[in-house]
Amino acid sequence: MNYLEFEKPLAEIEGKAEELRAMARQNKGMDVEKEAAALDRKAADMLKDLYKSLDPWRKCQVARHPDRPHCRDYIDALFTEYTPLAGDRNFADDHAVMGGMARLDGRPVVVIGHEKGHDTKTRIERNFGMARPEGYRKAIRLMDLAHRFGLPVITLVDTPGAYPGKGAEERGQAEAIARSTQKCLEIGVPLVSVIIGEGGSGGAVAFATANRIAMLEHSIYSVISPEGCASILWKDAEKMREAAEALRLTAQDLQKLGVIDRIVAEPLGGAQRGRADTIAAVGKAIETMLKELSGRSPERLVRDRREKFLAMGQKGLAA
Amino acid sequence: MNWITNYVRPKINSLFSRREVPENLWSKCPECGTMLFHRELADNLNVCTSCDHHMAITPRARFEGLFDGGIFAEVKVPEPVADPLQFRDQKRYPDRMKAAQKATGEREAMLVAEGEIGRTPVVAAAQDFSFMGGSMGMYVGNAIVAAAERAVQMKRPLILFSAAGGARMQEGILSLMQMPRTTVAVQMLKDAGLPYIVVLTHPTTGGVTASYAMLGDVQIAEPGALICFAGPRVIEQTIREKLPEGFQRAEYLLDHGMLDRVTHRRALREELITLTRMLLALPPAVKGDLPPPEPEAAATAATADPAEAPAEAEPAKS
Repeated sequence: MNYLEFEKPLAEIEGKAEELRAMARQNKGMDVEKEAAALDRKAADMLKDLYKSLDPWRKCQVARHPDRPHCRDYIDALFTEYTPLAGDRNFADDHAVMGGMARLDGRPVVVIGHEKGHDTKTRIERNFGMARPEGYRKAIRLMDLAHRFGLPVITLVDTPGAYPGKGAEERGQAEAIARSTQKCLEIGVPLVSVIIGEGGSGGAVAFATANRIAMLEHSIYSVISPEGCASILWKDAEKMREAAEALRLTAQDLQKLGVIDRIVAEPLGGAQRGRADTIAAVGKAIETMLKELSGRSPERLVRDRREKFLAMGQKGLAA
Repeated sequence: MNWITNYVRPKINSLFSRREVPENLWSKCPECGTMLFHRELADNLNVCTSCDHHMAITPRARFEGLFDGGIFAEVKVPEPVADPLQFRDQKRYPDRMKAAQKATGEREAMLVAEGEIGRTPVVAAAQDFSFMGGSMGMYVGNAIVAAAERAVQMKRPLILFSAAGGARMQEGILSLMQMPRTTVAVQMLKDAGLPYIVVLTHPTTGGVTASYAMLGDVQIAEPGALICFAGPRVIEQTIREKLPEGFQRAEYLLDHGMLDRVTHRRALREELITLTRMLLALPPAVKGDLPPPEPEAAATAATADPAEAPAEAEPAKS
């Protein structure tokens, strides 16, 4: 279990309880269960307290928690017959973007998402979920495929942002993102999106220009990272708390602004403390969103999507 | 030599000498350092007469040079809700807005206009880098949507001049949502079979490059313009190596296949006329000095004369 900075006191108590139990296992006859149970209760109270009202910066930390379920976990658990399809037919296959065909509850779909990796080796392989132009061009290709064969598209968003590298720029990072957003707006099939962790700027928009957008309770979606915003507007990257506050990047604020359609509740203590429950809840949300769109003609799906984005944000926080 | 000659007189002199040469009459080319007289510079569309460096130009000045006889009509842009997030960093966002409005005399960071270029009716939109870095927020989004709607309504091509540091952080997620919103605007033109030409000017970066600025039917850039998604500083910090000379400049992008053309600002008008007329299947423009158009006659001709309307202007989709 990885603890976040603000969870340190919790880590201490949970650690103590664990220590007590370990001691008892070694010395038979020692009865520690009562004390350990008291510590458990104290920890549970503290957890409830900490997560009761997470401030925006803490939410950013939870959204980036390394133990949160990632794209791969959702695909493994929610879909059957997942068949990854690789490459942009131009330059390379981007491992920061997973994508392919699969069945959701028996129904064939196309699923696309950012994958961050879960240990040092896979994180490097996945480039920490930061896609290069090839990743967006692979997504464009898969969305085209879905459009031609009438398959709904499900995107799972979890990226710090598009990769700021030399090669990525030379190969047209901006153009790739713009075309991916454009493709999202063109396809005549249902497109639903779930922000499962970080929705980082243009790299997220390129997948999340959808008919329906859901966000996990402690995920974030923002035009810039709080650190980046702080260093530009406050001239001090340490002001990320203030920036996180000002940017209104939490699922709760985004629902108020009318940018997202629904919030998927996370278990107490965040998705990392109840991975299976979180995955199941996301699965349910996807099914509900797809059901809402079922029976709509391709033209209507395209028109709805365009109208949704044209109307977005017209009322600000008063929406 | 006393207190008066050493201290008071120089002080007085410096006070007066400042008035003798108002600094706005001359500007220094940031590239070659040549001092340029303001009238000469304006006549040359803010391009250095000595080294051809393209300096920033306001949308108004650009439109005066672009449209026939400098005549254009502004297209009204719907006003968005002010300060939608009640954003505050070291300053309040409304205060930053007021300061920018005072400094530029403009309402916001984009100007939309309609008029004729080489007697070809067009709609044009230009971003103003001097207004909060040209940043894209709700207003710029509204401006692009309004420009596209007007172009579709009048069956005219849209020419867009981009210049921006990216999305406007003070509008948070709503500035990010202008990426899909402006892409919808581009789709409207596409559906109507109308040309959309983008002229990328210095600098065009971030979410602006990653949406409407990279989706043109023809992509032209001004010489030396910085065009990128992530800025060079961010990249250097990430990869920890020096970037090559000219990286992310217009010529570099042209070399890497990301642009159709890099065109000098003085040649731009002619090129835009040539391209739009070909895309609209109109005969070549008559070269030479035309009499200035009569605004009224031109306006009615654009709506009433079917010969002037593009052949493929009928909605492509039924």
